[in-house]
This record gives sequence, structure tokens and C-alpha cells, in this order.
Amino acid sequence: MGEAIVITSGKGGVGKTTTTANLGAGLAQAGERVALIDADIGLRNLDVVMGLENRIVYDLVDVVEGFAKLKHALIKDKRFENLYLLPAAQTRDKTAVSPEQMRDLIAQMKEDFDYVLIDSPAGIEQGFKNAVAGADKALVVATPEVSSVRDADRIIGLLEAQEKHKPSLIINRIRASMVKKGDMMDIDDMIEILAIELLGVVPDDESIVVSTNRGEPAVLNSQSRAGEAYRNITRRLRGENVPIMKLDDGTGLFNKLRKMMGFKV
Amino acid sequence: MFDLIARVFGREDASKDVAKERLRLVLVHDRASLSPQTLENLKNDLLKVISEYMDIDDQGFRVDFSRHDDAMALVANIPIRKVKNHSL
Ligand SMILES: Nc1ncnc2c1ncn2[C@@H]1O[C@H](COP(=O)(O)OP(=O)(O)OP(=O)(O)O)[C@@H](O)[C@H]1O
Ligand SMILES: [Mg+2]
Repeated sequence: MGEAIVITSGKGGVGKTTTTANLGAGLAQAGERVALIDADIGLRNLDVVMGLENRIVYDLVDVVEGFAKLKHALIKDKRFENLYLLPAAQTRDKTAVSPEQMRDLIAQMKEDFDYVLIDSPAGIEQGFKNAVAGADKALVVATPEVSSVRDADRIIGLLEAQEKHKPSLIINRIRASMVKKGDMMDIDDMIEILAIELLGVVPDDESIVVSTNRGEPAVLNSQSRAGEAYRNITRRLRGENVPIMKLDDGTGLFNKLRKMMGFKV
Repeated sequence: MFDLIARVFGREDASKDVAKERLRLVLVHDRASLSPQTLENLKNDLLKVISEYMDIDDQGFRVDFSRHDDAMALVANIPIRKVKNHSL
């Protein structure tokens, strides 16, 4: 019996889809059987981030409506044979699925997979309710900005009201140089405000853009700093105790040395 | 660099501190789903009651909501100037 984890945020564009793709690939690389569900109906994106957009035949709504069998709608990843994606419908909207249907579907998927990761849409309306309905646990993604932290706080309140497992936090797009200058909230500031457990911190990193261009999650790129952060989060999800990565603005002596020696930093 | 100097000499707050303070205030309303007006009334009523017993500094008076696990707590910070002597 697997575990279903929803990745959510409230505010849009803070990195839910990026996080789902990377943790999915990371868990699969570690040998887990993983299914990703794109619950952002009408704004499908996880398929392109994973580089699987050309393989879609059926989608989530087809399965829920009984038009397609789950095993026919699941797309197998190119890199890992233990990683699958259930894409969102692109031509329907959130009302095409109900929370009860999501609960049933995920219960069924948990029988075949160790992890079911659900990529939630932004907002707190029906799309969010659908995405969290079948989840055992929630990861809240937030960037170190006022509006993102505010929305994360709202989501945490809603999740706690539903008596889900206590959500944990992923801080995304942190910039060490700005933190150093006092121009960006630090990890401690965000934990103090949101009062939840920290699962990981992902730096703002160009390699995310490059990897999204290619449809290759950064977690698979050993040179990527964001990828390293996602590898650490993957290990924590699997129960390992991994210390939070030191923030690094790429200007330290160590990095200069690495650069001189021809490493990509 | 000028920014840094201004900050060292205490003329300008680091912008993250401004962000934190603004968040602190906005979350009070969000978490309690109280309107700013209701919160203001609550503060005034608290002030009135407590003033009967002690002299308080109403400038430093603060009301906050914080989350403790699953429960919400109302946290009031009330600087006391002096306790009134009630001759019973
Ligand atoms: N750590 C990062 N460093 C740099 N860019 C990032 C990082 N994380 C996310 N991005 C970029 O931010 C944009 C939004 O990311 P993403 O699509 O994952 O967010 P989302 O929360 O799923 O958005 P939506 O709410 O629209 O579903 C993307 O262009 C992505 O490449
Ligand atoms: Mg998304």
C-alpha cells in the first residue's frame, strides 16, 4: 500500500509542477514505483515538464468517467520503467471531477505504486479540493515572498482544518546573495511565520529553466544545484535524515575554485 | 553598497524585515478571519478591561494570532507601566 502526497501552494507559479516532476523522477531513480497525477485540469503542464507530451492518449477525466482504463491512460516515463504519469484533461475544467472520484482513483493507484504524487492547481477552489481529497500527506511549496508566504499560510490553515497529516514546507527559488543582503526572507524567517516542518530548500537556479526546456527533470542532472536539493528532498521523503543544504550564492572561494577547475556551478 | 551603508547606520530597515512585519499583520487577519474593524474593537475592549487593573502602554500593545499545532492562539502583548493599587 503506497502513500499519496499532494504538492500544493495556493499561489500560482511558485514551483508545484517543477517539484512534482523532480521528486517523481528522484523517487523513481531510487527504485520506488511512482505515479504522478496532473490534477491541474484545463492547464496541463506536468507532461511537458516530464517530456512526455507526445505520448498522451487518454487522461484523468477519461479514467474517472470510465471511458478509459487506468492502465491504458498511464504513460510510462522514457527514463524509468517504474515511473508513470496520469495526465490532466486539457479540454475540460475542474468540475469534470469530484473529490470522491479522486479519492477512489488514488486509493486504487496506491495498490500498485509506492508513491502517488499529485500536482495541484493554484488556488483554493474546486481544483485544489480535488487534488487534496485523496492525499495522505501534503507538501506546501512557497517562495520567499510576501504574497507566496501569505497564500501558503492560507493553504496550511485549510489543510489543517481537514485533519490531514501535518503539511511540510518546501522553500523554492531562494537566492543566497539576496538573503545575505537582508533583501530576501531566510529559511528561519519562513519557518517562524508558517510554523510547519521544513522538508527542503531549493535554490533559484537557471538549470531548472534548461531542464524544463529539455523535458528532463533537474534531479537527474548531477551538475545542477536545484537538482541536488531535489535529490536531498527525495531522500528525506524516503525517511533518510539529510541535513538542509547550505545556501550558496556561488561567489565563495570554494565555488571559485570549482569554476577554475572547470566544474559547472 | 549605499543600501548597505544606510542599513549599517540604521536609516533603513532590511527589506526582509519590512516583509516579515507586513506578513505578521496581514496573517493576523487571515488566520482569524476577523475584519480589521472587529480586531480593532477587540483590542479596544481588552485595553479597557485591563486598564482598570493596571497602567498600560497602549503604543506597545499588540494582538496576534499564532498557530500551535492544530489550534489557534490569541496572543496579546501588553507592556505594563504600573499596577494600580486597589485598596480593598
Ligand atoms: N528553483 C527554480 N529556479 C528557477 N526557476 C524555477 C524554479 N522553480 C520553478 N521555476 C520556474 O518557475 C516557473 C513556474 O514553475 P512551475 O510551473 O513549476 O510552478 P507551478 O506552481 O506549478 O505553477 P502553476 O500554479 O501555474 O501550476 C517555471 O517557468 C519554472 O521553470
Ligand atoms: Mg503547475
